[in-house]
Amino acid sequence: MRGMSIIVRIIVAILGGLVILYGLYVTLTGHLAPGGGFVGGVIIMAGITMMVLAFGGERARELMKEHHCQMLEGFGALAFVIIALLGFFAAGSCFFKNFLPTGKVHELTSGGMIPLSNVAIAIKVGAGLTGIFLALVLGCRSAMFRKGK
Amino acid sequence: MGVELVILLLIVFMIISALIAVEASDLLSAVIAIGAAGFALCAIDLLLAAPDLAFPQVLVEIITLVILIRMIMTRQDTSRQTPKDTLRTAMVMLACGMFLIVVFLAVGGMNTSGTIPSFGRPVMGSFDDTGVSSQYLFRCAQDTGAANVVMGILLDYRAYDTLGEATVIVVAILGGYAVLRRIGRKKREVKS
Amino acid sequence: MGIAIYILAFVFILLGVYALIAKKNVIRIIIGIGILEYGVNLLLVLVGYRKGGMAPILANGQSSANLAGRAVDPLPQAMVLTSIVIGLSITALAVALAIRLYDKYGTFDMNDIRDLRG
Repeated sequence: MRGMSIIVRIIVAILGGLVILYGLYVTLTGHLAPGGGFVGGVIIMAGITMMVLAFGGERARELMKEHHCQMLEGFGALAFVIIALLGFFAAGSCFFKNFLPTGKVHELTSGGMIPLSNVAIAIKVGAGLTGIFLALVLGCRSAMFRKGK
Repeated sequence: MGVELVILLLIVFMIISALIAVEASDLLSAVIAIGAAGFALCAIDLLLAAPDLAFPQVLVEIITLVILIRMIMTRQDTSRQTPKDTLRTAMVMLACGMFLIVVFLAVGGMNTSGTIPSFGRPVMGSFDDTGVSSQYLFRCAQDTGAANVVMGILLDYRAYDTLGEATVIVVAILGGYAVLRRIGRKKREVKS
Repeated sequence: MGIAIYILAFVFILLGVYALIAKKNVIRIIIGIGILEYGVNLLLVLVGYRKGGMAPILANGQSSANLAGRAVDPLPQAMVLTSIVIGLSITALAVALAIRLYDKYGTFDMNDIRDLRG
């Protein structure tokens, strides 16, 4: 697929980074305000989607491969499970034990393992949905080269 | 009263958009109509004091629209309408709906003693109650240190649910990759 | 008024079931799955609503007892939050299946796909 006009490209080049930054903010403050890992991951994915749609598929194909997305998704899932398993080493050990100090409410470092889990989930959801979006929107070239019906 | 009326009108709007989405002859207008229903649901979430839900709802709506429109624009729809079957199924569905609503009223939709609480009065009650939701609200700040109670439930009290949900997402996305991949498919086509 | 809201939510769910049963077009079946999911999410959030309640987020300087007396039920919201993201990935999987069907048969119509088999 081709990219869009020069006006759209310049606006997206300015806004795309800000959208991804906003996704990171929403992820990191998920325990204080509405948001969290799922929403942050989807916002990051929406920013990447916007850039892919504006700049066209070929450029995105060069920069991002599907196996990068798959690797990141697996990494996020693994990090989530490792955070859960670390609970076994804390006092009163159990799966998903909140082992870190909970801190003072309304501060960024509060919540124990909740911000860490949010980051892991954001990586997993964002990478997974970006990969499937690239495969859905760009990867289906066989429809165009289909042998005549 | 005012909030309830607005919610009622928004649900009516959602039903009309869903009807258009199901019955419109053009697939593109159907997809846009389902998008309208999703944005109305987002507004209802805000009115119901659930900003945690309105946030992902609007994002999911936009991305679903992009994927569906992209899929429809590059392909031609050659399907035809089947009016006779539609009418018969509509009658069956109407009967099912009447049955469901009667059951809903019978199990206590009108008063708080039933299984579904009446609108505006959730099951949890006051904070010294033993209900699990009030305990979550009362103890979340001191147990987990999170100000957002929804996130405290999602990632601390009920993190097992989140793990299961993460598993579902991974499996669905892997299934998508497996359906869409082209490497194994090409080889078989060449051989045949 | 409250009972009417519940009944309309049920009607919305039934519209999704109707699209799943009656429609032969793959895209409309995907839309039906989406409608069904929206309806169930809506019903769950409606059940947890408290009249005039606030969002379940502790404000600065607010005590937990005050929050527990005023906020809406947070448990359905937490469950629906996971359900929304699952819905997106399910839609992506269904769209992938529809794209494969179109590549193989050249149509979205289930009747034609059945006729072409064999």
